[in-house]
Amino acid sequence: MSFLPAGTQRYPHRLFAGNGEGAGWLLPLAAGIAMAGVLFMVLMIVVSALPALGQSGGGSPFTLEWQPYQGRFGILPMLAGSLALALFAIMLGFPVAFGVCAWLLAVGEGRRLLACGLRGVIRFMTAIPTVVYGFAAVFLLAPLIREGVGGTGMCLLTAGLVLALLIVPTMVLVLEAGFLPRMEALCPGGLALGFSRLELFTLFVVRGGRSVLVNAALLGFGRAVGDTLIGLMLAGNSPQFPGGLLESLRTLTAHMAMATANEVGGAAHLSLFAAGFLLLVLNIGISLAVRRIGGPKR
Amino acid sequence: MPSAAVDLQRTGMTDLAIIFYFFQEDGMKRLGLLVLSVLFAASASYAEDPALAPFNGASGTVAIAGGTAHIPVMKGAAQNIMKYNAKVRVTVAGGGSGVGVQKVGEGLVQIGNTGRALKPGEIEKYGLVTHPFAIDGVAVVVHPENPVTALSKAQLKDVFAGKITDWSQLGGKAGTIALYVREDGSGTRETFEERALDKGTSSPAANVVNSNGAMKTAVAQDKNAIGYVGIGHLDNSTKGVSIDGMVPSQKNAADGSYTVTRLLYMNTKGQPEGLTKAFIDYIYSPSGSEIIRKSGYIPTGRK
Repeated sequence: MSFLPAGTQRYPHRLFAGNGEGAGWLLPLAAGIAMAGVLFMVLMIVVSALPALGQSGGGSPFTLEWQPYQGRFGILPMLAGSLALALFAIMLGFPVAFGVCAWLLAVGEGRRLLACGLRGVIRFMTAIPTVVYGFAAVFLLAPLIREGVGGTGMCLLTAGLVLALLIVPTMVLVLEAGFLPRMEALCPGGLALGFSRLELFTLFVVRGGRSVLVNAALLGFGRAVGDTLIGLMLAGNSPQFPGGLLESLRTLTAHMAMATANEVGGAAHLSLFAAGFLLLVLNIGISLAVRRIGGPKR
Repeated sequence: MPSAAVDLQRTGMTDLAIIFYFFQEDGMKRLGLLVLSVLFAASASYAEDPALAPFNGASGTVAIAGGTAHIPVMKGAAQNIMKYNAKVRVTVAGGGSGVGVQKVGEGLVQIGNTGRALKPGEIEKYGLVTHPFAIDGVAVVVHPENPVTALSKAQLKDVFAGKITDWSQLGGKAGTIALYVREDGSGTRETFEERALDKGTSSPAANVVNSNGAMKTAVAQDKNAIGYVGIGHLDNSTKGVSIDGMVPSQKNAADGSYTVTRLLYMNTKGQPEGLTKAFIDYIYSPSGSEIIRKSGYIPTGRK
């Protein structure tokens, strides 16, 4: 099955010819469609969310109680759930990612094979679908937490651990890409002055690269907030404020996934757009923050 | 050869819905079954059935989506029909009752299934016609090793409201009760809360799962769990609990002695015509009833 005209498959470069002859319009068209798509999506969500956002009193989305049959559509517990889960995952995942990156750049140089293997694993991990992590954790990690720590096993701790695993590769890749050029620039001279690679890394590379650190953390956070299945499968999904590591919580994304399967029209449906709006605001915020911090220096 | 995923997408499911479809029930096994039965039609020997006569010489597609409880029935019927006439394609997708209403209302599928009666607003908005065809009971389930075998409705209400929190209060081994409920809008949850809790509600602290399969997985793993599934989903992995002396079983649900029950509905936009009508007639035929019984429900016949 092919969507391309016959012949273009054999010479795919012709389709995107950059020499201005013939098919050069395809790229701007594709870019235009993509941008228009994003723009219309934002517009659609904002417009759809307005009726729900304008609600006041018990039916407002910015309340603490989700009881659709009693007319209460508060999604603040889910917002708190999303933030708590993502922050917890970052707290667990960031130090790990930083450690892996430091090892790769400062120590792993002497152990080529091991470093190569680790890089391969990290790259491979970015390609694993989240549903695979979720499925494995339902049968392996959740019972372990239930028996070993307590609770039902469907909780902040379980979901946070798996989510941390999910975002570590993203953060490692960002950190490494940010630090590697600095490391390479410093290395010959620094080593000649008697610094070890680890000293160069901790004393100079990291100190001067705060924006890289923040960038990695923000991207990891964005990925964690946006993930649906880990929360849905492992966090328990109770529509309540996250109360502790072993308490069940519901994320905004899981909430939307569960409610879209069953609600058509009505206030519960509308409140989903409010939830989508909040997610969008959160992600745009992160995106802007990343640009502000990471942009000018690059 | 088209893949199962492509086929599901044709019915208009979102990526997420497809993932849930695979996650629910018994996951990959179901995917395998779907591919085998819906696309290639199994090869078991098969006698001429008068109920299939309307499909003779017909061609076209019937798309079905909605309630997950309906899937085994729809798939069974689809398999027989497509085996009889390969030019007829029947696609079956899940998604839940709400998806069923929405999809059929917006003309994305010909039949939208619900595990609850249509709301007046839904009938009015989309002009839907409803076709009840089976009775499904909802059974309270606990871990197989749990010594508790019977509960009163009053106890159930207190358990699900979060007032009774330890199994020792119910005559079981000490341990904090782990509540599992279905998501808002689930037909199973609605039936349970209306018929077993007398319109009571569940504690917001309860864990929420989004399919019968996920419920069975959760309860089968957790020694202190209590939850509920469609009676058709009762098996050795969990243990059914009697309510006020009513033992959950297909038989008791059929003769009315077990009252935590609901009807399963097919819904069409306007009166069904052509292939859609033929499909619905087939569900009401003796062969259809046989499929319904095999799927763990009780056929109601046409009303």
